[in-house]
Amino acid sequence: MKVRAQIAMVLNLDKCIGCHTCSVTCKNVWTSREGMEYAWFNNVETKPGIGYPKDWENQDRWKGGWVRKKSGKIEPRIGAKWRVLANIFANPDLPEIDDYYEPFTFDYEHLQKAPELPAFPTARPRSLVTGERMEKIHWGPNWEEILGGEFAKRSEDYNFEGVQKDIYGQFENTFMMYLPRLCEHCLNPACVASCPSGAIYKREEDGIVLIDQDKCRGWRMCVSGCPYKKIYYNWSSGKSEKCILCYPRIEAGQPTVCSETCVGRIRYLGVVLYDADRIEAAASAANEEDLYEAQLKIFLDPNDPEVIRQARADGVPDSWLEGAKRSPIWKMAMEWKVAFPLHPEYRTLPMVWYVPPLSPIQSAAEAGKIGHDGEMPDVRSLRIPLKYLANMLTAGKEEPVALGLERMLAMRAYMRAKTVDGVIDQSIAKKVGLTAAQIDEMYRVMAIANYEDRFVIPTAHRELGEDAYDLKGSCGFSFGNGCSDGRTDQSLFGVPKRAKNPMEIA
Amino acid sequence: MRDLINHIVFGWYPYLCLTVFLLGSLARFDREQYTWRSGSSQMLRKRQLTMGSNLFHVGILVIFMGHFAGLLTPIWVFDALGISHGFKQMLAIVVGGIAGVACFVGMTLLIHRRLFDSRIRKTSSFGDIAVLLILYVQLLLGLATIIVSLDHLDGHEMVRFMTWAQGILTLQPGVSSLIADAHPIFRAHLFLGMTIFLVFPFTRLVHVWSAPVWYLGRRGYQVVRSRSGKNAPQAVSAKARTLPAE
Repeated sequence: MKVRAQIAMVLNLDKCIGCHTCSVTCKNVWTSREGMEYAWFNNVETKPGIGYPKDWENQDRWKGGWVRKKSGKIEPRIGAKWRVLANIFANPDLPEIDDYYEPFTFDYEHLQKAPELPAFPTARPRSLVTGERMEKIHWGPNWEEILGGEFAKRSEDYNFEGVQKDIYGQFENTFMMYLPRLCEHCLNPACVASCPSGAIYKREEDGIVLIDQDKCRGWRMCVSGCPYKKIYYNWSSGKSEKCILCYPRIEAGQPTVCSETCVGRIRYLGVVLYDADRIEAAASAANEEDLYEAQLKIFLDPNDPEVIRQARADGVPDSWLEGAKRSPIWKMAMEWKVAFPLHPEYRTLPMVWYVPPLSPIQSAAEAGKIGHDGEMPDVRSLRIPLKYLANMLTAGKEEPVALGLERMLAMRAYMRAKTVDGVIDQSIAKKVGLTAAQIDEMYRVMAIANYEDRFVIPTAHRELGEDAYDLKGSCGFSFGNGCSDGRTDQSLFGVPKRAKNPMEIA
Repeated sequence: MRDLINHIVFGWYPYLCLTVFLLGSLARFDREQYTWRSGSSQMLRKRQLTMGSNLFHVGILVIFMGHFAGLLTPIWVFDALGISHGFKQMLAIVVGGIAGVACFVGMTLLIHRRLFDSRIRKTSSFGDIAVLLILYVQLLLGLATIIVSLDHLDGHEMVRFMTWAQGILTLQPGVSSLIADAHPIFRAHLFLGMTIFLVFPFTRLVHVWSAPVWYLGRRGYQVVRSRSGKNAPQAVSAKARTLPAE
């Protein structure tokens, strides 16, 4: 057993209102730079839909994640090392910028400078890559917002696998949900594995996956390797970039920008302990449907004295062990089993988990039953098909998602009995395998969701690993080249690529 | 006067080029690693790149290795192996010719794409376009030398160039006299070849140094960085050191 700690995240989709505040604050902080205009470290997709970049969940097309070979070993789906190198001159599995969208701005200046005209002046779009006029914008980071576009196109969504999808195109049966996405900071990251330069690494102390901007050579294999398509090639700097889990904030004990600014309070951050020696075995599980459970098995109980002893021996600080005991992630993923990984079948062991959303009950008669006698409606009659959620969260296995949804319904019924009728109904809790105390705790963490319950982030212990004296006067976050901002305007050695972008046109 | 110019260009200029090539690369690697990258534009436009880049890279690598081995292997090695000069000459013409044609097709596609695809053109630096055109001219000169070589298939010209290259690398600038009466196409090819070494550190060509062949030798797949112990990063420069794990 080798104990490592990771800062993991859970997103409670039941409460996501799709406001995109997470995406916008993230963009403003991290990617509002040339070369990264098209990149969203965090984006929110409306499901069902093909998403951003287009069709990202279709790994037959993009070849992300891992595959299990006949021998039982896993290798990146883009191929073994020799095949990665053989494709280095032209990567056959690389999305083009149009698969994301061509970034654009508008000729705002024209609104101020236009002479008197018979018609109002308009601000027309202009490409941020070429600076040229764009007559029509074909796609954007959120093109399918609130079911935008035809069902025929959106239903290409991979999660419809095994679902009779045609009826969900009918107005009466339509359903939707939001899916905010960011880097999963996987335990078995495929991006790290596919980087020929070894520039991507996972930090041992908190599990954050980062790209060394100095070491990256722009071979762009990580973009293909990542099944979530959460690594972006910066065409201006020629380097790949990704979500950094706001590590300067995490190190200081603060939540990430997306979590901090989430108005729905759906995001949770906390420590999870795991056994690093069992990663490969868990990721190699023979049956895809078992991958969710395999990942649960490598998480370690922070209250187990043996785990605590080994964690100390492996250098996990005590404050982190305390944090692990209070971790909301542990509670939702392991204790209550209401949170699930996104696409475990990619075998990357992702560490950003999701609480599936409840949805209205199809039949009005059944809807009336909620709360009356504590009778639970069948989660299979929820508007969002159970199979759809299972395809997204448990590689198609329905039972764990069904139990999670039942527990959330039970929490509602229990709290209604408690607050409206003034009755503590133990039987509701028992029916879903929980105790009344556990449901009270669930309610506190998931429904009330106070700041201190959502974010349990121990600060980094830099004094243990580094000589702090050497760090004095040094730079913190930078874009490589030591303390420079990455801009080498007057360098002998080349400058970043620049778009020529004349704002005003004749 | 003619001898002096010949001596400067083929006796001393190589040392200028090699010095700038080595020290410039070192300085850039040490001071400006953020600018050290392949500069791929595939993400902006895939069309023409798949075919163009593969043909170009495979072709130019064969040509480069052919030049490297052909020019720098002492001639007595070939004699000892029983390879005649004429045979070596034919080998160079055939292999170099095939690789050269592949490279020519590839580069033509890449140049067309870079100059006439507005996404690529607008995001190209002066250096990106210049280096592509320099390599193209050099390739055409190299292909033209094949025609010249067909006039002397016994390989004695080739041996002269080998002697010159090995003389330069063994610090004998006097060998420049060997080049004095070579065909002008050869002289132009040699001059431009040295110039490529001169501009190398200031262009995207530096990615050649970083060909990630070591990837094949990485133990396992994962890279985990630890803050403590022997794999801890150094302060300030934040250069990540990595250890293979799992």
